[in-house]
Amino acid sequence: MSRGLILGTAALVACVAAGLFVTRAVPEDGVSLASLTPDAERGESVFIAAGCASCHAADDAEGDAKLILAGGQRFPSDFGTFVAPNISMDAAHGLGGWTLAEFASAVRQGASPDGRHYYPAFPYASYTLMTDQDVVDLWGFMQSLPSVATPSAEHEIVFPFNIRRTVGVWKMLYANDDWVMTDAPSPEVERGRYLVEVLAHCGECHTPRDALGGMDRSAWLSGAPNPTGRGRIPSLAPANFDWAAEDIVYYLETGFTPEFDSVGGHMTAVIDNFAQLPASDREAVAAYLKALP
Amino acid sequence: MTYLKLAITVAALGSSTPAFAQDDFSGTLKARQGQFQIMALNLGILGNMARGRMDYDADAAQAAADTLVAVSQIQQAPMWPEGTDNAAIEGTRAQPTIWAENADFLEKWAGFGEGALVIQAAAGNGLEALGPAMGPVGGSCKACHDNHRAPAN
Repeated sequence: MSRGLILGTAALVACVAAGLFVTRAVPEDGVSLASLTPDAERGESVFIAAGCASCHAADDAEGDAKLILAGGQRFPSDFGTFVAPNISMDAAHGLGGWTLAEFASAVRQGASPDGRHYYPAFPYASYTLMTDQDVVDLWGFMQSLPSVATPSAEHEIVFPFNIRRTVGVWKMLYANDDWVMTDAPSPEVERGRYLVEVLAHCGECHTPRDALGGMDRSAWLSGAPNPTGRGRIPSLAPANFDWAAEDIVYYLETGFTPEFDSVGGHMTAVIDNFAQLPASDREAVAAYLKALP
Repeated sequence: MTYLKLAITVAALGSSTPAFAQDDFSGTLKARQGQFQIMALNLGILGNMARGRMDYDADAAQAAADTLVAVSQIQQAPMWPEGTDNAAIEGTRAQPTIWAENADFLEKWAGFGEGALVIQAAAGNGLEALGPAMGPVGGSCKACHDNHRAPAN
């Protein structure tokens, strides 16, 4: 064989290896979590604020049925349709047998126990700043939930996005460990920031995305096309949104706008969750929104 | 020559527009959107009393609640003809599920009626009764809008 061919092949192999290396799924080691004690009651609040049941239980589930995390809800998008997986404690089809570190890797890094990327339809790009204690508490709560032996369905994603490794490129482009609001002026706004930017992951719907599906953080919460159908998700940026804090709080509890229109679409699930949180959390969200520049 | 005439005739038939007029649903849309506006106005009276933004007035509260019950008794079928969903026409947020899952839609509508009766029973009895009484109707609005109304444009 010619020398050029050998060198060329070697270079190609080196490039592929480098590419595979930088796009690999990086798990957490769980070291910072090991010393923390789980509190399942606090974990239930995290579960509600993060909206796990809103995607992973059945679409029309109410009350205790929202704790049956069998998956199956379908989320159409520009990349195809994502199907929520089973995240119950079932050993064969859910998270039964997972370690705390594996759970943290999934929720905060979008990395599966077998080293693959999760698609960012799972909002780990927002959950990445979940506190260690919240992860531990959430895992404690989830382990108390029923096991359901429903197999998870495959996503129906269009080529080339059905190649999971491409999410490694997405993460390189878009994964961000910084707050959007870098300076929170009060503890209340800090709590609101944590709820909006992390647990309730408001930006995932309310922030416009570019062609590869990454959030445009420079246009934070300024509205976006409805990802699953017609219409628009409204802007919450101060230039477009001028509700009083009191009105935001009332809306998050009741779903009524200041003109007594009523919430619809996916936002109803968000209201159902916020209605169960303490009033101080709703007030914190309002304070954060009013503090946006 | 015959083939040319045949071709021209076929082309002419294929490109002709139907002689009947397009269906005009503007009255239907105004009617059903109007009924929701009436709900909002009267929920506003009750809600603003419950929130302390308006002084509580038992007669005004009762009248608003009675109006909600009256709206809940409006026959829905004439206002939701086939072909008036948001996939078929402009100017509506009505999802095709209203027709595809019509039983669910009518059940949600009935839920509004049940909620309206709860407020009607409580409205004249003071502010403490009114606040909690708003819950069921708010839940009924959300429940229907969840599946059957599209986000705004």
